[in-house]
Amino acid sequence: MTRKTQLSIRGLYKIFGARPQTVLPHVLAGMGKAELLQKHGHVLGLQNINVDMKAGEITVVMGLSGSGKSTLIRHVNRLIEPTAGEIEIDGQNILTLSAAELLRFRQTKMSMVFQKFALFPHRTVLQNAAMALEVRGESTSEREAEAVKWLDRVGLAGFEGHYPHQLSGGMQQRVGIARALASNSDIMLMDEAFSALDPLIRTDMQNLLLELQTELHKTIVFITHDLDEALKLADHLVILKDGAVVQQGEPQEILLNPADPYIEDFVGDINRARVLRVRSIMHPGEDGDHIAGEVDQNATLESVIELSGGDTQKNYRVCAEGVPVGFLDMKELVKALVPAHANASRSGDIR
Amino acid sequence: MAFYDKIFDVLGLTTWCGEGNDGPMSMAQLLAKSRGDANAEANSGIPFPSLDNLHESCSAIPQTRDMTSGLEDVFLSAKDAMKVVLDPVTQPLSWALDGALWAFLAVPWWVLLPALFWLTWYVSRSVGVTIFVACAFLFLGVIDHLDAAIQTLSIIFVCTGLCVILGVPIGILMAKSNTLQRVMLPLLDLLQTLPSFVYLIPLIFLFSVTESKLYGIAIIVYAIVPVIRLTDLGIRLVDKDVIEAANAYGMNARQKLLGVEIPLALPNIMAGVNQTIMMSLAMVVIASLVSAPGLGVLVLRGIRNLELGVGLIAGLGIVLLAVVLDRTTKAALARINVTHENG
Repeated sequence: MTRKTQLSIRGLYKIFGARPQTVLPHVLAGMGKAELLQKHGHVLGLQNINVDMKAGEITVVMGLSGSGKSTLIRHVNRLIEPTAGEIEIDGQNILTLSAAELLRFRQTKMSMVFQKFALFPHRTVLQNAAMALEVRGESTSEREAEAVKWLDRVGLAGFEGHYPHQLSGGMQQRVGIARALASNSDIMLMDEAFSALDPLIRTDMQNLLLELQTELHKTIVFITHDLDEALKLADHLVILKDGAVVQQGEPQEILLNPADPYIEDFVGDINRARVLRVRSIMHPGEDGDHIAGEVDQNATLESVIELSGGDTQKNYRVCAEGVPVGFLDMKELVKALVPAHANASRSGDIR
Repeated sequence: MAFYDKIFDVLGLTTWCGEGNDGPMSMAQLLAKSRGDANAEANSGIPFPSLDNLHESCSAIPQTRDMTSGLEDVFLSAKDAMKVVLDPVTQPLSWALDGALWAFLAVPWWVLLPALFWLTWYVSRSVGVTIFVACAFLFLGVIDHLDAAIQTLSIIFVCTGLCVILGVPIGILMAKSNTLQRVMLPLLDLLQTLPSFVYLIPLIFLFSVTESKLYGIAIIVYAIVPVIRLTDLGIRLVDKDVIEAANAYGMNARQKLLGVEIPLALPNIMAGVNQTIMMSLAMVVIASLVSAPGLGVLVLRGIRNLELGVGLIAGLGIVLLAVVLDRTTKAALARINVTHENG
């Protein structure tokens, strides 16, 4: 599936401090974060970020706190101005927009969901959901019809007249999502949108987002510090550390081939059986013996283990929409469950 | 022979100082002279090198009273120019005060009182507060203080109204600009701590005592501080996340101010208005020194003629008005807080 790039960030740098432009040459020459802070008193927020985000995909930016992920997402709608670099959306460099154009751009092209919900406490759920359209200047009846529709879609029908403080955290974030969807913009920015919710509600919300996404195909930029969440949602995963991209690509790919020890540490604790999919470890072609059955290429390894009853002798034919595309050796599957670095270091001990 | 003569001799400044002590006598000298004690400073050891003491040795150094009289001269010379600007600018205040006084007294009591009760109900939506206000006014009516209380009330209405109209925008500007806040905060501190009588002195020079704007300005300048402070604070305290959301969805400055910042700052602004009302009530008594009508005049009469009863009852009337206004605005504030609860 090839989709066109909708949002492209090139050579983005952000330096916090009194005179970022004067210290930029040092950073471009390769000065690190610690040295910059010590010698020049400026904080390096982001360095040389290059990310392409495709239309209709969920791009997840993951990193620990302080890695610059929230800074990065705020560059996309220019809540924060970059020190250097380019941000192109639909082929237009948004850094050249005038103040009025920027407002218009934020009103029509983008919506945003916040970690702390950031609903207007003095307005009802309905007015909150209709906010984006109100800013755009649409009529009351039009915007309320749209808001009612989206509130219903996120499961909040009947709560229109409530105030945000009367709702639970999960419900408030549903309002936040309805507000974003009602704006009817292509790009949706989600800044740790589910991080403040408790685990069960968070899973609900992730499922809701995926379900909505199968219908709406928005371009979503999702920020999180939770790798499980990142792997569940991401079509494209970007891992940030100290303001730089450490690795980016398809999540399965990153999980199987971590680029450096930092990411190995990260993915070490993951339940690989639930995250990895058959297509990532299958062999293409159709030369397997002992074919015990068929599995879909997007099935998780967990489901295949369940299907096989734990029997490593079996092989499975892998299908994509009913058409065979390869085969899966259960032995390969079991091997794939062990993280790559553990494979290398422990093989000696066992023998 | 004054104490510091030698020092000026040593420094060789005698000629600059000029001969003899030809200036007017200082207060200390005058007192010493009247007591017949010509050598007062000899007893006190080393006198503090104040302007007055140095002047005794060197008449070129000005006396302290030259400073106060100099200030007075500066003010008097600038007075006419200031009057040309200030007189027309502040004239509407006189009209508003006189108009309100006239209107409140022209309306018969059986229309005015129900109107006030309805107003109380409208802003507070509380039966208890409305009944309390009714009782308070009926009591003032029974003891024949209703007219004075209504006069005081009309002054408060006009002055607080103007405080809000001027103070809220100033507070908003302060919240938007750190520089302005840095400039304004010391000024507001000054206005708040300057003894209230001191306001009256330059005003008496500028305007005639019979003009109502004289006490109007004094009340406004004194009472405007809390509403400015709390508007500034309220706007600055609006949740940064909510402001960010407003920005992210492309709200312009006007939409943000009217749709988000002011509504969310309203509880704080109302707390400021409550304080402003209380402070103008405190000032209204002092303002009766410069012809402000109302209960303050009766308090003043009590002090001047030592009429204990008159003073106390009028004072009680002011307390009653204060409680009435405080309860009503607090009830209104509570109502706003409930609708804007952000829990």
